[in-house]
Amino acid sequence: MKYGPETIGVSLAAFLALLGAAFSGDDLFAAHMWVAFFTLAAGAILLLRQVSFAPAGGKTEDENGYMDGPVRYGTIATVFWGVVGFLVGIVVALQLAYPDLNIEPWFNFGRMRPLHTSAVIFAFGGNALIATSFYVVQRTSRARLWGGNLAWFVFWGYQFFIIMAATGYLLGITDSREYAEPEWYVDLFLTVVWVAYLLVFLGTILIRKEPHIYVANWFYLSFIVTIAMLHVVNNLAVPVGFLDAKSYSLFAGVQDALTQWWYGHNAVGFFLTAGFLGMMYYFVPKQAERPVYSYRLSIVHFWSLIFLYIWAGPHHLHYTALPDWAQTLGMVFSIMLWMPSWGGMINGLMTLSGAWDKLRTDPIIRMMVMAIAFYGMSTFEGPVMSIKAVNSLSHYTDWTIGHVHSGALGWVGMISFGAIYFLVPKLWNRERLYSLRLVTWHFWLATLGIVVYAAVMWVSGIQQGLMWREYDDQGFLVYSFAESVAAMHPYYVMRVLGGVLYLIGALIMAYNITMTILGYSREEQPIGQAAPAAQPAE
Amino acid sequence: MSEKHIDDITGVETTGHVWDGIRELNNPLPRWWLWTFYLTVIWSIGYTIAYPAWPLISSATTGVLGYSSRAELSKELSAVEAGRADMVAAVAEMSPAEILADEELRRFAAAAGEAAYKVNCSQCHGSGAQGAAGYPNLNDDDWLWGGDIDAIYQTIAHGVRFDGDDDTRFSEMPAFGDILSGEDVNRVAAYVYSLTGDPSDAAEAEAGSAIYADNCAACHGDGGEGMTEFGAPNLADAIWFYGSDEKAIAAQIKNPAHGVMPAWQGRLGDVTVKQLAVYVHSLGGGE
Repeated sequence: MKYGPETIGVSLAAFLALLGAAFSGDDLFAAHMWVAFFTLAAGAILLLRQVSFAPAGGKTEDENGYMDGPVRYGTIATVFWGVVGFLVGIVVALQLAYPDLNIEPWFNFGRMRPLHTSAVIFAFGGNALIATSFYVVQRTSRARLWGGNLAWFVFWGYQFFIIMAATGYLLGITDSREYAEPEWYVDLFLTVVWVAYLLVFLGTILIRKEPHIYVANWFYLSFIVTIAMLHVVNNLAVPVGFLDAKSYSLFAGVQDALTQWWYGHNAVGFFLTAGFLGMMYYFVPKQAERPVYSYRLSIVHFWSLIFLYIWAGPHHLHYTALPDWAQTLGMVFSIMLWMPSWGGMINGLMTLSGAWDKLRTDPIIRMMVMAIAFYGMSTFEGPVMSIKAVNSLSHYTDWTIGHVHSGALGWVGMISFGAIYFLVPKLWNRERLYSLRLVTWHFWLATLGIVVYAAVMWVSGIQQGLMWREYDDQGFLVYSFAESVAAMHPYYVMRVLGGVLYLIGALIMAYNITMTILGYSREEQPIGQAAPAAQPAE
Repeated sequence: MSEKHIDDITGVETTGHVWDGIRELNNPLPRWWLWTFYLTVIWSIGYTIAYPAWPLISSATTGVLGYSSRAELSKELSAVEAGRADMVAAVAEMSPAEILADEELRRFAAAAGEAAYKVNCSQCHGSGAQGAAGYPNLNDDDWLWGGDIDAIYQTIAHGVRFDGDDDTRFSEMPAFGDILSGEDVNRVAAYVYSLTGDPSDAAEAEAGSAIYADNCAACHGDGGEGMTEFGAPNLADAIWFYGSDEKAIAAQIKNPAHGVMPAWQGRLGDVTVKQLAVYVHSLGGGE
């Protein structure tokens, strides 16, 4: 019986959610359980319509080939959540520029901001990582995904997590841990999904038919394992009750702050850096059709990156109650991290040696190269900002926001777009993308958007920092905080413009991808060969 | 698969492995990369020797420079405080009026007051002391409780209608909605409005004049000039606190809002309050 156990499992979960909604004394928890119930019930109905009672054995799918269903769904989910996340980003940027746009209570900045960060990091980035890791691990191990339908559970379970997290934020359910805002029951569910993800990935590596594990898989695996550890430790908490949304963290005071930034910084390090380096190590050599530049460099920079990154978190707590010794260590580990991070940049860029001409003709390669360039830029900027003297100016200002976005929009976004453009024709058996010229449009809009965003945030961040620390010759403060807020207004408006450019690029991608999947192919002149050859003057 | 393979384009040998068509060149680590990495490690070791760094069982290494961020902060603060000590002592000893008379001290106190104002007062009175609805503008010469230096000092020190201070400024305009009829309230509002503007109905304003004389003039004065002893606003200067049209005036007569300002002496200390008084007095309206 196909989908029998799955249907029963989802229905049972829906029933439990219904019980939770019925018996909870906490209105928020009950509302959240209703959301869970309707989502799961819809899932159960969809599954039920596909249940077939034919005797097992009538296999329709090739069970010896690669399992690409979850990859296809994951690619579509990546594009969808990307557009949603960018759009919410523009809304929160507008709310900062025009505070009247805060709509109480569900759509005020305090609830929309985690919606934006989680949507882009976990929904967009997470789906991109899960989908590409499933694709890459099968190809580079020459093995089908381990665990049968477990990969489907990972995909759908992760989408359910996203829905529960997002609706929780808007309802006002949060444990207020930055980048880890979902409450305890959503955290527990994510843990289950993540362990399933680890099993599928590790299982596939264990049954591989290649003698060695490819470098991309080291990075993916380190990302999966470390995120599991970070997620569990950071979210250790005691719920108020088993039918209550609220929980209290196991940590308090500066230890709590350090735990949060140990988590937060390594979410950057292992989710947004190591994971996407895995992506880079497969898709850049594939698209460039060139070998990886240096095997040795990949080993050394992998292990040094993994070892050093985990200690760098305290640099988020310079000049706070955190003891000086911990601040020093956070700083020096960040400085030492500079070259290990750049090892990935060198390996990515130098892989193009012998194929640089492709930059003229292949907008997908251009996108990947721009991603690597932004990666190099932000992994240099990061160590610089961790230096205490620099940090005393940059901390709490928009400079940090600009830094995060040059990494997120530039590196994470662009490398994911490149991977998506590579994947879609292959996953849906199309000869090529619907349009390469639209990829060029996407490339320029996104690049321009990032440049506007980052440049504006540098200026506003440094101005903010200087205003806060401005003292007159007698040691008296020159500006009030409100004056520094008012001074930010023009920059906040310009930032919206940068975000809009980036979103338009993503919408063009969504259109291009949709048309490719539907099987259309746009008649257009190949890039780089459009201009007629120059004729010598007679 | 592990056979010798040379990359055509670069002439570099690969490691011999192939994954899904991807090979890896056997290039060495770039020298500049490796040496920069070593340098950052050496620098880091040096830095951790110089500064507090390595945790021990119940403490941590203190570093050979003996640096501590708290010590550095308190050193900077005490240097600034030492530089100002004479001035601060003088401010502490002298009365606000005496400070005003000493030009050098006045300038110092105004600068200090401005800094304190930005942190403690700008939230309600605005960064430029321009005020907002319900929060007085401090730049003009319209004073609720008096605009000479001692009155300003008294207001800042003890606040207005502030529960926690026995010397706080206190007065409450009665709710005339309970005393006068609705029509009478509107008439008085029209009359008050007519002191500085054209009322919507001149006859109404005329009728309000007598009601005003009976009920309001005791505090606000016969000509609406106000009385700082009771914090009764001047009604004849076209400066309005809770709204400037007849409707807003009528609402204020019917059921007046009574603003509260905290007493700052307990929180900021007498020196800072004097400095604030000198600063506010210097804004343009000081009497």
